[in-house]
Amino acid sequence: MLDDTDRRLLRHLLADPAQPNAVLAERVGVAPATAWRRVERLTEQGIIRAQEAVIDWRALGYGVEVSLRFTLDKTVPRAFEDFIEAARRVPEVLAIETFLGRVDLRLNVIARDMTHWQEIYRTRILTLPHIADIEALMLISTLKDAEALPV
Amino acid sequence: MIDLDDTDRALLRALAADATQSAGGLGRKLGLSQPAAWRRIRRLEEAGILAGCRVVVDRQALGFGVTVFLGIKLATKGRVSLEDFERAVMAIPEVQIVQHVLGLFDYRLRVVARDIGDFERILRRRIMTLPGVGQVEANVLLTEERRPGPI
Repeated sequence: MLDDTDRRLLRHLLADPAQPNAVLAERVGVAPATAWRRVERLTEQGIIRAQEAVIDWRALGYGVEVSLRFTLDKTVPRAFEDFIEAARRVPEVLAIETFLGRVDLRLNVIARDMTHWQEIYRTRILTLPHIADIEALMLISTLKDAEALPV
Repeated sequence: MIDLDDTDRALLRALAADATQSAGGLGRKLGLSQPAAWRRIRRLEEAGILAGCRVVVDRQALGFGVTVFLGIKLATKGRVSLEDFERAVMAIPEVQIVQHVLGLFDYRLRVVARDIGDFERILRRRIMTLPGVGQVEANVLLTEERRPGPI
């Protein structure tokens, strides 16, 4: 079970994941060794699943990011499995999400520019299996992207 | 934009999976000395390609059992400024992601809630009362998978 110190630690860590352990410990009000041990334990318990580096794809020359929303042909028994398996083979796909709602599935796709996007869209996306409908949302800007939770 | 070689790509892939690895440990894996690995990481940071760190937690285990993506269309574009809407939506603690998009909706939000009842409260009290909010579409997240991307 999580105690108040764990929650405080998670709150601070989620708000500022890059802070050094010593700073985190001071903000939480515990010794650095304690903070380190607790982060270790939360990781072992699977509460902290990963600490990942964030890659800025724009800095790598990928200027286009599109959220593609799919509805699938659900009369096909393996529609989701087939689609996801094929989508994993497209390198420009950054995320695959499934939903309960009007949309079945979403892919986050990046491209270098509009010409590159058109090529990916025609040759890699429209050829994915069991698509009934596609909607595209083109990203203009990300205003907030935080893992912070009101814990 | 800087050129990346295979070693840079391997470093990016390794750090995107686990950002807690030390330069020494990464170097050993990739056949680099500790200072050489450190220099390469510094260079990727300075180029803005490595853009911070993200802590991924088990939201369910922390009591946030529901994640919902909302598509929001503004009702009164022009009359209510985008800034008013953006300022208000970004201040909601349960809203983790705010993206300005082009397409069927104007904004895309990720909202976390303890359960469906809690989500309904957030939707009614916080989202539907935002300045200028029009049509709202909700899709409940079932599964999510992050992909390594084109590196």
